[in-house]
Amino acid sequence: MGVALVAALAGRLGRGVYLVAAVPPAAAVVAGAVVAPDVLAGRVLTESHAWAGSLGLEVQLRLDAFALLMVALVSGVGVLVFLYATQYFAGGARRHATFAATLLGFSGAMLGLVLSDNALLLFVFWELTSATSYLLIGTDDRRPEARGAALHAYLVTGGGGLALLAGLVLLGQQAGTTTISGLVADPPTGPLAEAGLVLVLLGAFTKSAQVPFIAWLPGAMAAPTPVSAYLHSATMVKAGIYLIARLAPAFATSSTVWRPLVLTVGVLTMLAGGRRALRQHDLKRLLAYGTVGQLGFLVVLLGAGTPEATFAGCLLLVAHAAFKATLFMGVGIVDHQAHTRDLRRLSDLRRALPGLFAVMIGAGVSMAGLPPLLGFLAKEEAFAALREGGQTLVLAGVVVGSALTVAYTARLLVDGFLRVRSGPDVVGPGAVARPSWAFVAPAAALTVGSLAAGVFPQLVDGLVNAAALALDPAWEGYTLALWHGFTPELALSGVTLAGGLAIWRLAGRTGRLALPELPGGGEVFESGVHALQVGAARLTGVLQNGSLPLYLSVISLTVVSVPGVVLLTRGARLALPDLAANAVQGLVVVVIVVAAVIAAGTGRRFAAVLFLGAIGYGVAVLFVIQGAPDLALTQFLFETLSLVVFVLVLRHLPDRFAIRPPGTFRLFRAVVATAVGVFVAGFALVVVQARTAPSVGREYLDLALPEAEGRNVVNTILVDFRGLDTLGEITVLIVAALGVTSLVAVARQRRRGHETAAREPELEEAGA
Amino acid sequence: MTLALAVAVGVLYGTGTYLLLQRTLTRVVIGLAMMGHGANLLLLLAGGSPGLPPLIGDATRERGALADPLPQAMALTAIVITFGTVAFLLALAYRSWALTDDDEVEDDVEDRRIARAPVVPDVVIEQEEP
Repeated sequence: MGVALVAALAGRLGRGVYLVAAVPPAAAVVAGAVVAPDVLAGRVLTESHAWAGSLGLEVQLRLDAFALLMVALVSGVGVLVFLYATQYFAGGARRHATFAATLLGFSGAMLGLVLSDNALLLFVFWELTSATSYLLIGTDDRRPEARGAALHAYLVTGGGGLALLAGLVLLGQQAGTTTISGLVADPPTGPLAEAGLVLVLLGAFTKSAQVPFIAWLPGAMAAPTPVSAYLHSATMVKAGIYLIARLAPAFATSSTVWRPLVLTVGVLTMLAGGRRALRQHDLKRLLAYGTVGQLGFLVVLLGAGTPEATFAGCLLLVAHAAFKATLFMGVGIVDHQAHTRDLRRLSDLRRALPGLFAVMIGAGVSMAGLPPLLGFLAKEEAFAALREGGQTLVLAGVVVGSALTVAYTARLLVDGFLRVRSGPDVVGPGAVARPSWAFVAPAAALTVGSLAAGVFPQLVDGLVNAAALALDPAWEGYTLALWHGFTPELALSGVTLAGGLAIWRLAGRTGRLALPELPGGGEVFESGVHALQVGAARLTGVLQNGSLPLYLSVISLTVVSVPGVVLLTRGARLALPDLAANAVQGLVVVVIVVAAVIAAGTGRRFAAVLFLGAIGYGVAVLFVIQGAPDLALTQFLFETLSLVVFVLVLRHLPDRFAIRPPGTFRLFRAVVATAVGVFVAGFALVVVQARTAPSVGREYLDLALPEAEGRNVVNTILVDFRGLDTLGEITVLIVAALGVTSLVAVARQRRRGHETAAREPELEEAGA
Repeated sequence: MTLALAVAVGVLYGTGTYLLLQRTLTRVVIGLAMMGHGANLLLLLAGGSPGLPPLIGDATRERGALADPLPQAMALTAIVITFGTVAFLLALAYRSWALTDDDEVEDDVEDRRIARAPVVPDVVIEQEEP
């Protein structure tokens, strides 16, 4: 089992001829067959490898009979899909290697999903299937519809995946375990567990295209047909079904929300899917909506949580995988040979493709639930389970849904293959080339399998019984048979058939059905994405309008408002300090304040620079008072240097500043500036009183003399303890000096043309 | 820390911001220099209460009475780097004036273009036939 997984993963690197790519799934089938006797006898194979233990993340793999059934479906259908792809892509498709590798990766992710027991690992594989399906749906990336469909599918399933993760974490914390088997063995209860369950179900519903998330699945048929056949039958959409099936037996009874939610959503989906399928002209889209309907059916059965329904669900799972893969492959062949899949343009296809028609009849009959195919057995069991479970309303919904299934099957087979049409666009039987036998063979194999399993149910009996037992230990076992005598289920099947045919005739005549419209989701999704884009563009236009003052205002206001709120709520208790340490300090502060206000307000450049110098010297005096003579010295030095540089530059510039800005913006600037000033002053007051640990600087006082042999502690820090910082500082100065030199040089060259004899400033830094 | 010092820091930041929000590059540079003064002062003040200069002399100077040397070293570095930044910006202002006879900060043309660009949705969802 582990080998199968590794083989699938390693195969991603392999080069992509489809036959080569078919090997890993085939190996998985063989590996599954080898362990099958053991697993069917009730043994559970487990394997565990450490990964990120601190996160509770381990590679815990678990193979029971239900997982084996899924492995058989995923890998078995996978092999056939790869064989089919060799023929489908016979002419001129691009990038086979990439495509085959992605498809194989998708298959491997699905295998990993059904084998993982660790909830987080399951999530990882879950997201992997979403990501690879995104690539697969968008294979034809030159078509905007394909890209849109891929994005739609990914946003919906990926978003649902996040809900799933949150739900699994919630459930795991309530239950104190990270394994699915542990969750099922001892299901947690309480409001938090219920919330977790709803989130998990949300994830499953998005993945399995349940109401109201059905729209992405029909869109996903923009993918090449081999992908659709695989995605709709055995993988992707079955991931949600798989998870619901795993959890249902435990949570259907322990939780109050599970059953109402799952059954309502399932029935609604079945009706919505069937109804929409009936309206389609595109055969592939018809099948896609058919899948939606069948997924609703599966959710009802596997989510009901009774042993009988679970058993019927397992049976339907197998039947659906077989017939849906066949039908998609068949429609792909029609598309490939006739170059259209619009049933209004197809005429008398039966004569053009007789072999394929036989295969399609087989699969269609199974889908409609008619004897003697596997689909019939599954549907009978489903009716029986729901009837015995006393869920009359659900049963009624399922019967109507099944009638719709019959109706759209009739539309597919009769309207698609039998009807003779004429017209300018119609593709007659003469224009359709016969497909090679190898093209039809994979689909035919599945139909033959369905038929054999229908006539000789003992072929699947053991596997399905063991799978149901693995899901629900209360399952007592049951021997499948094609003929049970005259039972209520047989009568219901008759009602379904008659009703379905009637609906089909009616729909064919009026063109549409007078059933209530259910929310589609596609339109909602599209307008949501559009609104997001428009909103983002508008916001960008407002925020990023090219004005530097506006950018700085936004940044300043953010700085003030966000930490400012914290400051107001936390800092209000702090005591106010003294007014000033001594008279000199007070005087110097007054000088600084006056100089700053004048410098900000003046319209003359030189005045502003001189007052800036006054501020610098004032700050130097404050440094002295604070006990930092080194700082004061440096400040005096650099203030003088700055003044010189300013004067050198400013003598070239006009004395007055150019334009005065309009009044409203000046007021706005003043408000922003005041806010920043008040905030920083408050911050300064709070931060001094907020110290909780002693300063690390005190250590340097003790170390300066013995370690650095210096008595000026600040100096020892700069050149010894933190010498590398000073190196960085020098580097900054060198870079600045280089920049200044080159800027001035360029400007001087340009200037030389219209200005002569002007002595240019020499801007050089002396270094620290 | 005294109230007066907090006011000094606040005023330096406030006037610095006011100048920074202008369009004349010289004023922006002056504003930045003012904010630099405020920041250096704040750095030193935030380090702790004032004390004697951190010079290790004879035994009569008690360790506890000395000012914390670490914020001083940091502020010293900051002063030097502020000077480098101001010099660089001044060179920019000079160049701007030399090239355009003006030291205005113009709006970013590219940003303006983006702001005015029409919204083109790039997600196409296939619509069903009715």
